[in-house]
Amino acid sequence: MSLAGFGAAAVTWPMIDSLNPSQDVLALSSIEVDLSQIEVGQAVTVKWRGKPVFIRRRTPEEIKEAEDIDVATLRDPQPDQDRVQKPEWLILVGVCTHLGCVPQGQKPSEPRGQFGGWFCPCHGSEYDTSGRIRRGPAPLNLAVPTYSFESDTLVKIG
Amino acid sequence: MAAPVLKFKNPVIRWIDYRLPIFSYLHHEAYEYPTPKNLSYWWNFGSLAGFMLVVMIATGLILAMQYTPHVDYAFDSVERIMRDVNYGWLLRYIHMNGASMFFIVVYIHIFRGLYYGSYKAPRELLWQLGVLIYLLMMATAFMGYVLPWGQMSFWGATVITNLFSAIPWVGDYIVTMLWGGFSVDNPTLNRLFVLHFLLPFVILGVVVLHIGALHRFGSNNPLGIDTKGPQDTIPFHPYYTVKDMFGLGVFMIFFAFWVFWAPNALGHPDNYIPANPLSTPEHIVPEWYYLPFYAILRSIPDKLLGVIAMGASILILFVLPWLDRAPVRAGTFRPVFKWFFWILVFDCVILMFCGKYAPEAYWTPFGGEIVDADTFTERVAELTGLSHEAALNAVGEMWGVNAASGQFGIKILRLGQLATIYYFAYFLVILPLLSIFETPKQVPLSISKPVLGGGQKVAHAAAKPMEKA
Repeated sequence: MSLAGFGAAAVTWPMIDSLNPSQDVLALSSIEVDLSQIEVGQAVTVKWRGKPVFIRRRTPEEIKEAEDIDVATLRDPQPDQDRVQKPEWLILVGVCTHLGCVPQGQKPSEPRGQFGGWFCPCHGSEYDTSGRIRRGPAPLNLAVPTYSFESDTLVKIG
Repeated sequence: MAAPVLKFKNPVIRWIDYRLPIFSYLHHEAYEYPTPKNLSYWWNFGSLAGFMLVVMIATGLILAMQYTPHVDYAFDSVERIMRDVNYGWLLRYIHMNGASMFFIVVYIHIFRGLYYGSYKAPRELLWQLGVLIYLLMMATAFMGYVLPWGQMSFWGATVITNLFSAIPWVGDYIVTMLWGGFSVDNPTLNRLFVLHFLLPFVILGVVVLHIGALHRFGSNNPLGIDTKGPQDTIPFHPYYTVKDMFGLGVFMIFFAFWVFWAPNALGHPDNYIPANPLSTPEHIVPEWYYLPFYAILRSIPDKLLGVIAMGASILILFVLPWLDRAPVRAGTFRPVFKWFFWILVFDCVILMFCGKYAPEAYWTPFGGEIVDADTFTERVAELTGLSHEAALNAVGEMWGVNAASGQFGIKILRLGQLATIYYFAYFLVILPLLSIFETPKQVPLSISKPVLGGGQKVAHAAAKPMEKA
């Protein structure tokens, strides 16, 4: 009986695991982005692992705003310096932590919410200039992907 | 099932039936099957739901032969069905609107059961199988909506699969596994297509069980009392086959209206834009049949609790037979229950309404319009002479004054919360309390008596033996 149970489990796991991301999907897991064309105050969106990644070159005011906030008052407390490698470059996974919509605020024409960051149109979550959740149903800050600066103008995401 | 084998005139049928009594079985279950003689047209919707299942499987099978489940081809293959495949437009519009028709029929069927107490003993399992069918329908309809791979398909799939990320600790792993990647992508589309094909047959299986459980004790009826013998029943065929056929005819006129005159009225124009993973549409709204649950999800501002409330709103139906302990089935004889029931119906309409609009928007019940939060605040500021900031505080979270018409406005979020509270209170508080405190009216002693002898003289009807037994 226990042998049969073990056998059944041994067959079930491969079936379940086959649903997980396959090797070819995992292989496409890093990209390089040239930052030289992005002006201060500008933002670009790149696609990484099928998701949008926000790269925003923050203005000094935006950086100051992000750093000055009292971290203890945040829903997902995290100081700004833990979320950036260089204060000027904010790099985030552009997926709302509520139910996965893409927040607005990348283009100048889009609403950025009350906190100057991003506004999710689906359920009204608002993020600040550090991508931290400030209002609405989302539980967490916008995720920071693993990335590294290859040079001053080249960043590798993933 | 161990019914005696019948003698059929046709020798081939007789030969088969002797070895495999399938014709005898069908004769018992669909021909002479004794059915309460007082069923109203509300009892038509079970067979209409069965009809819709057959329509959906038939059209779906043919559509699947023309459809390509790949992110690069799915949208175009659906457009090809619409433009190039012979009658493809008709089949797709039947299938697309058929989903809505299926839900309309099933919702009426469910509310019929709720009003007439069809979930009560001994039909608890019958009811639970029905709730299971409903859950499977919702899953199937969601997956089908993803297949055209338009903007609403993609973002609907994203939002719904992300509901699982609310599960503590393992949520993210589960979502990655559902996706087969790091976002909704080709592996996701492929598996949803496979499941969309499979689940209708699972539904068919559960429908067989549903009918099996139904035929154990027979249909409930508008009086909610048990049949006492042959004088209370009539054979299913021809009496109810013909009645159901008439209802089907009327229903098909309704169905055809949508298919031919308003085929896209129940859908969203955004779904005719190919899926774009980098841009979420301004306003994501699910199909109308999910709106009440969407409103419940949004009315709780916590991600996990919102998902739990949404799940609970359906799962609560599984335990309904034990929440409503009142012995009288039909709402007709429950003077207090009746009111709460109709409020529940109205409540579900309100929830549907709340699910449709942005939670931050305001509804002005007397002005009859939906205004977004900014406009509403502007109007208040204008009327009261306050600054924008002050008006924002004045409007607060719930009520405000609509300056344009001088009327009250209520925030959609708050309205949804009130409606959600009533929804759960109906099942968890009102029904259990009514079971204790409500005094039902006198229930007729048999189905035949109120019909044949007039309702007043029911008292001595019970003593009479059955005419033929």
